[in-house]
Amino acid sequence: MQRQVALIKQSLFDQGYLDEQFMELEELQDDANPNFVEEVSALYFKDSARLINNIDQALERGSFDFNRLDSYMHQFKGSSTSIGASKVKAECTKFREYCRAGNAEGCLRTFQQLKKEHSTLRKKLEHYFQLARQAGPKETARRPK
Amino acid sequence: MINPGSNSDPFPAGLRVLVVDDDPTCLMILERMLMTCLYRVTKCNRAELALSLLRKNKHGFDIVISDVHMPDMDGFKLLEHVGLEMDLPVIMMSADDSKSVVLKGVTHGAVDYLIKPVRIEALKNIWQHVVRKKRNEWNVSEHSGGSIEDTGGDRDRQQPREDADNNSSSVNEGNWRSSSYRKRKEEEVDDQGDDKEDTSSLKKPRVVWSVELHQQFVAAVNQLGVDKAVPKKILEMMNLPGLTRENVASHLQKYRIYLRRLGGVSQHQGNMNHSFMNGQDPNFGPLSSLNGFDLQALAVAGQLPAQSLAQLQAAGLGRSSLIKPGMSSSPLVDQRSIFNFENPKIRFGDGHGQAINNGNKQMSLLHGVPTGMEPKQFAGSSYMRVQQQITGVRPGQNVQSSGLMLPVADHLPRGGPSMLPSLGQQQPMFSTSVSRRSDLTGAVRNSIPETNNRVLPATHSVFNNFPADLPQNNFPLASAPGISIPVSASYQEEVNSSDAKGGSSAATAGFGNPSYDIFNDFPQQQQHNSKLNDWDMRNIGLVHSHQDTAAASAGFSTSEAYSSSSMQRKRRETDATVVTAHGQNQQPPSRSLNHLNHVFMDGGSVRVKSERVAETVTCPPATTLFHEQYHQEDLMSALLKQEGIPSVDNEFDFDGYSIDNIPV
Repeated sequence: MQRQVALIKQSLFDQGYLDEQFMELEELQDDANPNFVEEVSALYFKDSARLINNIDQALERGSFDFNRLDSYMHQFKGSSTSIGASKVKAECTKFREYCRAGNAEGCLRTFQQLKKEHSTLRKKLEHYFQLARQAGPKETARRPK
Repeated sequence: MINPGSNSDPFPAGLRVLVVDDDPTCLMILERMLMTCLYRVTKCNRAELALSLLRKNKHGFDIVISDVHMPDMDGFKLLEHVGLEMDLPVIMMSADDSKSVVLKGVTHGAVDYLIKPVRIEALKNIWQHVVRKKRNEWNVSEHSGGSIEDTGGDRDRQQPREDADNNSSSVNEGNWRSSSYRKRKEEEVDDQGDDKEDTSSLKKPRVVWSVELHQQFVAAVNQLGVDKAVPKKILEMMNLPGLTRENVASHLQKYRIYLRRLGGVSQHQGNMNHSFMNGQDPNFGPLSSLNGFDLQALAVAGQLPAQSLAQLQAAGLGRSSLIKPGMSSSPLVDQRSIFNFENPKIRFGDGHGQAINNGNKQMSLLHGVPTGMEPKQFAGSSYMRVQQQITGVRPGQNVQSSGLMLPVADHLPRGGPSMLPSLGQQQPMFSTSVSRRSDLTGAVRNSIPETNNRVLPATHSVFNNFPADLPQNNFPLASAPGISIPVSASYQEEVNSSDAKGGSSAATAGFGNPSYDIFNDFPQQQQHNSKLNDWDMRNIGLVHSHQDTAAASAGFSTSEAYSSSSMQRKRRETDATVVTAHGQNQQPPSRSLNHLNHVFMDGGSVRVKSERVAETVTCPPATTLFHEQYHQEDLMSALLKQEGIPSVDNEFDFDGYSIDNIPV
């Protein structure tokens, strides 16, 4: 079981869903805060869902306020970076570039992609945490090779 | 897990860190990391809240870490505020690593800039900034004769040097001292080597730029010419033993920044000032308040960050220009005002006078109510009303305050300084707030709410007092008229409630923020301002902080006693106007600000601004403990913000100060 958890985690890294920052977070976890990473993830997804919603609304309005969108995305990028969600972060960067270029269509496309990555990551992490909890706390602290 | 104790150095542990970031994920992560470093963490997701926290606990934190992009306040503004008011080291952070932003951090005085994602290793060493700052301050204060803290071992080492320095009392020695001091410092550093532990007890000795001191400074600068003023010459002119060239230099830097800021505003206000100034001290009000605030804010820090000062001044000046009819002198005024702020808190009164006076000379610096300003400028804005009232009141009262405010004097004969100690503070605040408020128009209001809220509480009390005596009204309130108006608007609501309370309690009857009440009274009287200044400042400060709590009300009660009568009347008027205005303003940000704004509008708002001033521009509603001085600033900024003073890009809140909106 533990090995399975470790493998899952490893694959997340290998596939580029997560980066070193995630490892940093794991290092912060200890006996006093055994579920820190999971808590942070939950918080991240909750907050980013809100941001996604805002962006969705802004895009739906059709008035492409690039500055506003860029600022939303900046926030999004910040939190994604902090948690180590590298694919999501990459989409954020792309989105911002389109914003700066004033490319509405590019923004829309990228945003769809971003939402996809975001939800994929969420599912994967949820799965991972679930397993990790089952496997025992020690597992989560282990770094993937 | 990282073992924080690995370095076995006890010093960093327990470092009190305040981390500000609107992103909850980052905030949580940072908190965890900092706790792992054994620091004492306080997290905050709103800049204004952070400012109020800081103001409440002036010495409750050692270092601040803040994000750059935040919805309610620009991180850099927060940085400036903190630098001015509390003089704490601030670390900026952002996912944005573009050079321009990093540079901005540097120029605004951030001690470091971290790129997200922040790693714990980067956080482990933040204590170095605290130590460094303390050492620098200590060194400076030593020479300046300011509050030199006892830093144990350091002291011993410094002692001999200090003695040597003391021998040279002439200001001219400043330079010499500075250089020799530096040398010694270096020696000391070598000697002390890794005496970080010793410095852990470093207290930050700060040169307290009292209103008088600041006025002298401003006078000297004006004499030399802003562009040509160099620390050495200023030092010579001031001829104060114990003041080092470094002190002057850093103060000058802040002042310049302040002026610059005001410069931006002034344009905006320039027009306004004219109208105001006609009256009493229109200039004074807005500018003064602004300036006052800025300075105060700056002063608070003990050393106004050059930038902030400049900004303040600029803002103040900017405003004053608006206010003052002939604002040509606004720049000067700003300078003054800025400097006035320097004497944080108290000086404001003086500061204002100067600032405002510059333009008007008349500016009865706010004595509390930027009478001059308001009416004219804010045509239509409620503030105006308040101000008028205030100004009206002031003239008589201002007598005292004028001392501080010195509408004209560059130096602002601080006759009032003594008088206004409290006022001074207020005034500065207003000035700044005023400047900020330049737009006073609705925009300001909005902005004000943020700051005002904070300030209001304090101001309330102050205002209450005025009613009669405040000759001094130095308060920036008067100057803040511009600002106050916006604020008042917000305050109105509150004020109204407070009105109910009756004169005495101008305090927040309904508000919760005692400060509001004050405002209510304020508008009516400029006196309030002055009055408030004295004692209100204190109250206000207190009030504000409490805004959220009953404590504020307590604060008010005291204030209430004062002003009730005069203020009420005025307030009502303003309230009415303010209310309407305020309605529009409803600025969200600050919780209290909104209230304050209302109150503020009356006049109280003005005060609030001053308090806010500390927050400068960003409408830091945060209950500013700064009281007096800052509040005004805050108010101003809040007001300005509300007004949405577009033109001004001040850091001060007053940016949004659109005087036009000020309901008169």
